[in-house]
Amino acid sequence: MENLAKNLWVIPLLPLLAATVGTFLPRRLHRVTAGLSVAALATAAILAAAAFLSVVRGGALYSNVPWFETGTLSVRVGWILDPLSAAMLLMITVVGTLIFIFSTGYMAEDPDSGRFFCFLSLFAAAMLGLILSNSLLLLFICWELVGLASYLLIGFWYSRPPAADAARKAFLTTRIGDLGFLVGLIWLYSESGTVLFYDQGAGCLEPAALSGIAGRATAGGLALGTAISLLLFCGAVGKSGQLPLHVWLPDAMEGPTPVSALIHAATMVAAGVFLMARMFPLVALGGSAELPAPALVVMAWTGALTALFGALTAVAQTDIKRILAYSTISQLGFMMMGLATGGPAVGMVHLLTHAFFKALLFLGAGSVIHGCHGEQDIRHLGGLRRRMPLTFATYAVGMMALSGVPVFFSGFWSKDAILHSLSHWAPSRVPFLLGVLTAAVTAFYMTRQMIYVFAGTSRGPDSAHAHEGSPVLTVPLGILAGASIALSAVTTPFRPWLEHFLSPASTPSESGSVWGILILSALACGAGLAAGGILYRNLGVALKTGRDPLERWVPRMYTLMRDRFRFDEFYRATLVKWVGAAAWISAALDQSLGSVFRDLASFAASAGSWLSRTVDQGVLNASFDDGCQAARDAGGLLSRTHDGQPQRSLRILIAGVIALAAGLLFLATS
Amino acid sequence: MSAATLHLLLAAAMFCIGLAGALCRRNAILVLIGIELMLNAANLNFLTFWKYGPQPQPLDGPVFVLFSVAIAAAEAAVGLALIIAIHRRYRTTQLEEISRLRG
Repeated sequence: MENLAKNLWVIPLLPLLAATVGTFLPRRLHRVTAGLSVAALATAAILAAAAFLSVVRGGALYSNVPWFETGTLSVRVGWILDPLSAAMLLMITVVGTLIFIFSTGYMAEDPDSGRFFCFLSLFAAAMLGLILSNSLLLLFICWELVGLASYLLIGFWYSRPPAADAARKAFLTTRIGDLGFLVGLIWLYSESGTVLFYDQGAGCLEPAALSGIAGRATAGGLALGTAISLLLFCGAVGKSGQLPLHVWLPDAMEGPTPVSALIHAATMVAAGVFLMARMFPLVALGGSAELPAPALVVMAWTGALTALFGALTAVAQTDIKRILAYSTISQLGFMMMGLATGGPAVGMVHLLTHAFFKALLFLGAGSVIHGCHGEQDIRHLGGLRRRMPLTFATYAVGMMALSGVPVFFSGFWSKDAILHSLSHWAPSRVPFLLGVLTAAVTAFYMTRQMIYVFAGTSRGPDSAHAHEGSPVLTVPLGILAGASIALSAVTTPFRPWLEHFLSPASTPSESGSVWGILILSALACGAGLAAGGILYRNLGVALKTGRDPLERWVPRMYTLMRDRFRFDEFYRATLVKWVGAAAWISAALDQSLGSVFRDLASFAASAGSWLSRTVDQGVLNASFDDGCQAARDAGGLLSRTHDGQPQRSLRILIAGVIALAAGLLFLATS
Repeated sequence: MSAATLHLLLAAAMFCIGLAGALCRRNAILVLIGIELMLNAANLNFLTFWKYGPQPQPLDGPVFVLFSVAIAAAEAAVGLALIIAIHRRYRTTQLEEISRLRG
């Protein structure tokens, strides 16, 4: 057992090695790189399963090692294997392996797929490091690394301007949140003196440090724990696409679809939720059931608004991947709500089930795009039910899990647990109502998407010739669909094994109230499905007018939702404009100050030259010109070495340095 | 071979790679990367001599290296800005095409 904790670093190391080796392989060997990446992650998945089983049997363990020492300061890092990280570990390696396998089929025709698999492996390594680290500093480093991998993969097709722009947007937007994270990290370190989570009583999440933080206030009467938690939450808002920093996530769909599935749906965007779950002892500091900690209240409200916003926006999108992107934003809001109101286990269970069915939906969308030669607009798809039966069946499973269709689908149970904890939340009932509304809207937009893509007849040349992909594409879909159903066996409130595993302390809910919420949640889902079914039943006829049925019904609301509530326009009119103005002012200052200095310098130079000319004419006579001529000749000879090639000058310089060193060595030895 | 020798060898290897890059690469950005690599090799040497030197005072070496890293960051920013300015003017970052300093 002890050896296991000490050797946890092997799991992230495997994909990292695959990425390193793949970098040095020539481009034509991209299949080897792909195979290496899949093999490395599959091995990591086997190790992860072993680690998971050992946690199920024996509980949490961690080990710390010294990283570096300077003076009296000693920084240590470590690995932790507790239920939280073990469950994440298993989910990421399993979902990751399936997506890697899917990618070998999806990216087979791309000549750059070697680079693609290197980046994917780098991402997997960083993500595994993130969840296994027992130190906030190490977590932050991996956090930035997954951000880098996300940037590289969104901009994978960097020659396409939208992809390059989306990559930059994602990087800069998440950086805003990460600034808060970094400040929070430094503050936490300065208050508790350690960045280790658990360290035999001395870690920053252990009672000694927490009681040192509790009860202290900062400027403005804010509790210290709340201030640090809110700063850390800034990082989670950026990474997990919560309002108002969600704008990067829909644009991130410019990356290849397996990337959207792995990074921007299943794993990386959930890192924010994971961070808050990891820091939960600090975040929940000083709260009680009646009066939760202020940071949790902020989280719950942010999550509630994000959930509803994402669902409403998804209703009016026409790009198959963007619908899923907004759905991801909405579900991340759900996780935040669950985490804030019901504790880490409730949020994390939804994170885990969501990872499986959202990866399934994205890979299904990838299969559709692959089969339809890159067509992503759902208005031009249609009728794929018969042409791609396997994709249709698995996509339907994912759609029902996301909508929360009762009993057989894991999404129903995990969403139900969140609604249940929301209904008991003391400060306000509004998030509960927003949650129920979001659940109904979720069922509605998924029905709309299913009808658009799979029902009726084909509405475009690409979907008319659609074809099912190879088994490399369909087998991962089948496995993910199976997992989306099978997970419900361990997430029902009657046998909440997963929830107990993640948080043994959580008390089972009273059985009487379980049924009420179950029925309510089933009704919300049914209402959404029915509304979608009725509104879109004659889609083919409706689309002849060129307008969405919902658009004809509520045109103004539809326009607002289609324009994503004009967040991007708002940012462009304010923040982007302000930054542009600041840049313009700097440039103008640069120009004007530069010209002032230039004038001064030229004035000084002309005054000097006037003086020298007077002296020259007065004091020196023409006989000096002969000397000048000689010097000029010599200079002309030497100037040939000045051919304006900086590297040649550098070479001469280096030759001089080597000669000097040789001379010194000779002098020293003789 | 002692740890100090290994560190010095690593630094020497880094320096040589950086030097080769700075001398042979045609793209100005890659030359800049080569220069950064040489600088970091020097930093590594600094730390090695501090750590394995006769009297390692706490913090002496790391503080110097931190300063050096900070200055290197500023220098890299200036270098990149220069490259952008050159690119705007000459529409190229290939060094042999930028020869206005020919005497």
